[in-house]
Amino acid sequence: MLKVIAGGFFSTIQDVGRFNFRNKGVPVAGAMDSYSATIANSLLENLDTDAVMEITMTGPVLEFDEPTFIAITGAELSAELNGHKIKDYEVHKIEKGDILSFGKLINGFRSYLAVKNGFLTEVVLGSRSFYKPITKLNCIKEYMELEYEPIDDFLPKIAEVKAAPFHKEYTLKVQHGPEYSMLNDGQLQSLFSKEFKIAKENNRMAYQLKETIEGHSTTMLTSATLPGTVQLTPAGKLIILMRDGQTTGGYPRILQLSQKAISILSQKKYGDQVSFVM
Amino acid sequence: MNSYNITIKPYGSQAILIEWPNKVTEGILEDILQFEFHLRQNHLDLKEWEMVPAYNSLTLIHRDGEINFSKFKRELKQWYSLKRELQTLPRYQWKLPVCYDSEFAIDLPRVAELLNRSTEDVIKLHTSNVYTVYAIGFLPGFMYLGGLPESLETDRRAEPRLNVSKGSVGLAGKQTGIYPQDSPGGWNIIGSCPIPIFNVDNENPCFVNVGDRIAFYQITKGQYELHKIQAEVGIYNIDKIKINA
Repeated sequence: MLKVIAGGFFSTIQDVGRFNFRNKGVPVAGAMDSYSATIANSLLENLDTDAVMEITMTGPVLEFDEPTFIAITGAELSAELNGHKIKDYEVHKIEKGDILSFGKLINGFRSYLAVKNGFLTEVVLGSRSFYKPITKLNCIKEYMELEYEPIDDFLPKIAEVKAAPFHKEYTLKVQHGPEYSMLNDGQLQSLFSKEFKIAKENNRMAYQLKETIEGHSTTMLTSATLPGTVQLTPAGKLIILMRDGQTTGGYPRILQLSQKAISILSQKKYGDQVSFVM
Repeated sequence: MNSYNITIKPYGSQAILIEWPNKVTEGILEDILQFEFHLRQNHLDLKEWEMVPAYNSLTLIHRDGEINFSKFKRELKQWYSLKRELQTLPRYQWKLPVCYDSEFAIDLPRVAELLNRSTEDVIKLHTSNVYTVYAIGFLPGFMYLGGLPESLETDRRAEPRLNVSKGSVGLAGKQTGIYPQDSPGGWNIIGSCPIPIFNVDNENPCFVNVGDRIAFYQITKGQYELHKIQAEVGIYNIDKIKINA
């Protein structure tokens, strides 16, 4: 078991997501930067579907009650074990009573903490991913206890991977969204030549972009949306739906981010720049 | 059947969108649900695929693989054009209780005034219609209902509320519906339904499916409290009629 001494800004438990309930309006959820989450799991030779902790911007303080092994990937968040700096993208042994804390955010926005065999929080509709009100909590809170399987012995095949984070990448690879063909030359020109800044309105549901492009008056019937769908509002605002995004929407879906682009965007924060490339 | 002109569009690398003519009709919805059923029975493994029907579209989402668009489009066109036997899909009309008491119906007096009707008239109109579920989305268990009489069409509130309580029954434009959870919202609230549409404790968390129908009936405050408790302990039986028996 692990005790949460401080929750941090916004830390959640996430796995690969919640499937088969999108036709009932349930978002997929799951790790925002699924690439980094997968690496954390693979370092520990976990299953891809094991649940990890997604840590946003400011890290939690965690006390481990039982031995295990951990790995941290994604955003560089100055992790410390019992007050000593530890490396990301590396397997660390944890003893009973160890305290994991985080410091300054060096780059990126979301870190992933994996424990050997995953966090064993409640499974709701086939997933441990936090999403309120499907799960009782929307993030971890002080005094909370998180279960994991205690493990003393583990000899990792790979003790460390060379960090391949893409925090410096800002190009989002996109494909046509269903309403792509409604875009005029001016809109296309702006979309693929401009650089866009991340607006304040960014979270696990959606990222809004600060700069607008020419608006439109196309109306459509509500239809399915996906994580990575770029919606264009009549006023010309671009909204990129993320893992907790609504499952249907009524704004034209002009572009669709690749899986990797969703991970790249997940490491961006307010004011960071991105651009689109087909 | 099979008389519609369908369009198939790529939607990223893992999804494909099938669109019917841009209209809200029961005929189109029925054709979509028939095709979805056919795909599920004969062609697509539900362990790999999710299907989201809504109004005039059906989106097929692959769980993790990439779709070969041109090949899959050809197959879908072919599967759609082949003669299919019409299936009797299990569809229900759900009868949901609504308490229109002033405690819940915070916008009812204003709505009545706007529509130039008595509040009793508004309630009567709202409960005498049957609504079709054209989509479920936006929030878990939120139903997009079609079939609101023109006489009940209102503008949404100029200022959305920061919090509308779970169960609130609202009117906005051509739509009526129930808030499945506490959330911000701009609809005019005319009542409250004590029966949760979405419940994570059930194996099927949402008893309503796209294509089902909803009818509302008026209950008193006392019945509201009773049904709420019955629903909480799991002994409330929702009235349902099989539509296509």
